[in-house]
Amino acid sequence: MIYLETPKKLRGFIEQAHGIAVNVFRPISRKYDSLEHTYPKELDILAAIIDGVNAGGASRASAAQLAKDAAPAETGGRTKNGGNLATVLAMMELCWGDVGLALTVPRQGLGNAAISAVGTEEQKAKYGAQWISMAITEPGAGSDSAAIRSTARLDGDEWVLNGEKIFVTAGDRSDALVVWASLDPSLGRAAIKSFLVPRNAPGLKLQRLDHKLGIRASDTATFLLEDCRIPRENILGSADIDTSKSFAGAMKTFDNTRPVVAAMACGVARAALERAREILGRAGLLTGDPRTPWVGSHLEAELARLEAEVDVARLLTMKAAWMADNRVPNSTEASMAKAKAGRTVTEVTLRCVELCGSCGYDETELLEKWARDAKILDIFEGTQQIQMLVVARRLLGKTSGELR
Amino acid sequence: MTRQAAPSRISLEHIAGAPLRALARFGGSDFATRFGLKAPAERAVFLATRASARAISASVAFARSNGKGGREAHPEAKRLAPTPTGGLFDLTRTEEQTLMRDSMRRFADEVLRPNARKADDAASPPAEILEQGHALGLAGLVIPESLGGMAAERSAVTNAIIVEELARGDMGLAVAILSPLAVVQAIVEWGTGAQQARYLPPFLGDRFVGAALALLEPRPMFDPMLLRTGAVRTDGGWNLWGEKSLVPLAMQAELFVVAADVRGLGARLFAVERGTPGLSVEAEPAMGLRGAGLGRLRFHGARVDDDAMLGELAGDGTAQLASLVDRARIAWGATAVGTGQAVLDYVIPYCNERKAFGEPISNRQGVAFPIADIAIELEGMRLLVLRAASRVDREQPGAVVGRSAAIARLQCASKGVRIGSDGVQLLGGHGFIKEHPVERWYRDLRAIGVMEGALLA
Repeated sequence: MIYLETPKKLRGFIEQAHGIAVNVFRPISRKYDSLEHTYPKELDILAAIIDGVNAGGASRASAAQLAKDAAPAETGGRTKNGGNLATVLAMMELCWGDVGLALTVPRQGLGNAAISAVGTEEQKAKYGAQWISMAITEPGAGSDSAAIRSTARLDGDEWVLNGEKIFVTAGDRSDALVVWASLDPSLGRAAIKSFLVPRNAPGLKLQRLDHKLGIRASDTATFLLEDCRIPRENILGSADIDTSKSFAGAMKTFDNTRPVVAAMACGVARAALERAREILGRAGLLTGDPRTPWVGSHLEAELARLEAEVDVARLLTMKAAWMADNRVPNSTEASMAKAKAGRTVTEVTLRCVELCGSCGYDETELLEKWARDAKILDIFEGTQQIQMLVVARRLLGKTSGELR
Repeated sequence: MTRQAAPSRISLEHIAGAPLRALARFGGSDFATRFGLKAPAERAVFLATRASARAISASVAFARSNGKGGREAHPEAKRLAPTPTGGLFDLTRTEEQTLMRDSMRRFADEVLRPNARKADDAASPPAEILEQGHALGLAGLVIPESLGGMAAERSAVTNAIIVEELARGDMGLAVAILSPLAVVQAIVEWGTGAQQARYLPPFLGDRFVGAALALLEPRPMFDPMLLRTGAVRTDGGWNLWGEKSLVPLAMQAELFVVAADVRGLGARLFAVERGTPGLSVEAEPAMGLRGAGLGRLRFHGARVDDDAMLGELAGDGTAQLASLVDRARIAWGATAVGTGQAVLDYVIPYCNERKAFGEPISNRQGVAFPIADIAIELEGMRLLVLRAASRVDREQPGAVVGRSAAIARLQCASKGVRIGSDGVQLLGGHGFIKEHPVERWYRDLRAIGVMEGALLA
C-alpha cells in the first residue's frame, strides 16, 4: 500500500530528535561555529541521555542501534519500517538543528557504524560503548579508496600499521579509530582491511586539526601511524585476501551510511528553507496562492521550486532507507539519494542566503552558516561525482573499467 | 480504490451475475488475453465492466430519468470512500495495482507506441485506438458499484499508475483515452444523483464515448482559480460565455464538463453536450499532445438547462475547483513520469550502442551523467506524484493536497522538460528527426507546465 509519509510509529521518536535539535543544538550552534576545535561540552548530557536509552538494550552506541531500540521493527502487513528509516528521519531532525553538532555527538561515530556492521561479538562488546571514528582518506587517496597506501603487517601477535590519515571526523574526540590499511599494496583493493586502533596505541600520533569552511563544531583530524602496534584481534572482518569480494564488503558500509548523509543534507536544507520563509514572510513578501506559486512573484515561484527539490531529496532518502529495512539491495538508490540531497542542500542554502539578502549573508542569522555547512554534504561519504558514477554504471550496465 | 485485496469477491459478485453474452464475447474476442488480462482478478475486472454494460443502449443519449430541465427529487448521489492505510512508509503496490500496471504497460507497448507517430501527424487520435482504449474498461474502476462500476474507494494512486504507464506509450493518445474518465470522475465526485444516473451509464457501454473536462483558458500566466469563463443565470437555465483551450478530444467529445465562474458564488462545473447552441468547437493543434486531438471551445451565451450545473448551487465552489485543479495536476505529473520513463528507456540502449571515437558514447561521463540525472529526477518526480495522489486517497486537508499537488506539478514540469531536452541532446541530430520518438517526447513534456484540468487522478 503506497504511503509516503513519516510513519505514525516513528513520530514520537522523531519529535524527540526534533526536541534535541531545538533545545540542545540550536542554542549553541553559532557558539561552536565560532569556537572551532572546542569540544561542545553540552553534548555530554545528550550522550548520557542516549546511553540511558540504550542501557535497556543488549548492544549500545550506534545511531542505528538507538533507532532500533526506540522503534522496534514493524512488520504489520508486508512492509517493514525499521532502524534505517528511523535513523534517517531522526538525522534529518538533528541536522535541522545543527549538522556540525550532530556529527560530534559522543559515541555516535562512523566507526561505530562499521563495528556494528562487520564487527565480531567481542569487538562489539569491547568497543560498542566507545566513540569510534573512521580513518580512510589519505593525502593521495580520496574518492579512490582503493589507492590507499597505509600498510598493515602482522608481527607476532600484533599488527604494525604505517601511513597518514586525513579528514578523520571526530578524530581528536574519539576513543579509537577504524583505520583502513593494505596488507599488500601490490594486490589492490582486495588487500584493504580495516583495523581498530585505540587512541593510546603506540605509534599513533595526532598531527593537526583542520580549519574548515563549515561543520566547524566537528573536529577533523590528521593522524600519523608510525609503526603503530595493535593486537592481532583488532582486525575488522577476515584477514584473508579474497580478490573476488573483499573490497566490496568494505564498501558495503556505504550503502547504509550514504542515506544517513543524505538525511543530514535534507535536514539542513529544510532548516534554511523554513528560516528563509520566516524572514521573507515577516517582510510581507509571501502573499500569493500556495496552490499556484508560479503565477505569483518570482520569489514565491523560487521558494516552491526549492521546496520541491527538498521534498524529492527527502523522499529519495526515505526510499533508500526503507529498502534497507526491507532487505532490498539499495546501493543505486542510496547513491541517488546522496547525489540529489548533496546537490540540493548546497543549492537551497546558498539560494536562501541570496533571497534574504544581507540578512542571509551576515552572522546574525544561521543561514550563512548552513550554506557553509552544506558543502561538505556533497563531498564526504562519496562526492557528487562518485554517486553519479555509481548510478550511471548501474543504469548502463558498465564496469568501473568502462565508465571511469 | 476498487476491490484491491479481494479478487475472489469480485468474481463472486460480478462473474456470477454476468450474462452469458458477455462471457461469450470475452471468449470470442481475444482482446483481453492479448493484453495479458489472464489472472482471475484481471478477468474479473474486465468481465465486470462488460457485465455492467449489458443494459446500456449503444446510442449516446444522456437521457434524464425524470422529466426535463428542472431539479426535481432525485436519487441520492453516490461517492467514493477514502482509502485506508497502514500508516507505514511503503512503496509496495497492491496486487491489483501491479496487475493494472502490467496490463497498461502491454497496452502502451503494443497499441499506443506503434500508433503514436500517426496520431501526432494527424493531430487526432485514430478512432480504433479510442475504442481499444475504451475496451480496457477503465471507467468501471472509477464508478462506484452502486452506479454500475466496481469502485468502492478513491483510487488516485492507482490512477496515477495507470496514467504513467499509458503515457509511457504515448502522452497524446493516453490523454485521449483518459479524457472521458476525467468527466466520469468529476460526475462521480460532484454530480447529483440525477446527474450520475443520467451521464454515467453510457461510459460503461460497449462503445467509446468521447468527453472532456475543460478548465484551461487561453491567456498567459493562467491561474486556474481565477476563471474568466462565466455562467449567467437565465430563465430556467444558464448562459455560458468564454473560451476553453487545449481541450482533449474536442472534435470527438459528446460531452464537456466546463469550469465557469458564477458571479458571487465562485466556480461551478457545467455539463455541456455537443451541439449545444452557442457552443462552437474548433481544432487547436499545438506543439505536442497532438494525439489527444486538442481543440478550443467557444461559448457565446451557450444555453444549458438548470440541471446542467454539477452538484448544488449552495456549497463551496472554490474548494471544488481547487480539488479538481489538484487532482488534474497529479495526473499531469504522472504523464510526465511516464513519458520521462520512455525517454530513459530509449536513451540507455541508444547510448550503449552508438559508437564514437572507437567506443560506446555511454563510456563517457558527459553522456553517462545526464542519463543518471534523468533516472534520479524521474524517481523524484514519481515519488512526488505518488505522495500527492495518496493524500487525495486519504482525503487529507485541501491545503495539504493543494501544496503537494502544486509541488509535484512544478517538479514534473521543470524536470520533465529537462528530461525531454536531454533525451534529444543524447541522440544528437538523430534526436531532432522524426525517425526517433524523442523529439515528440520533447514536445509532449512541455505540456505539463501548461495544462490544467483535462485529466484527474
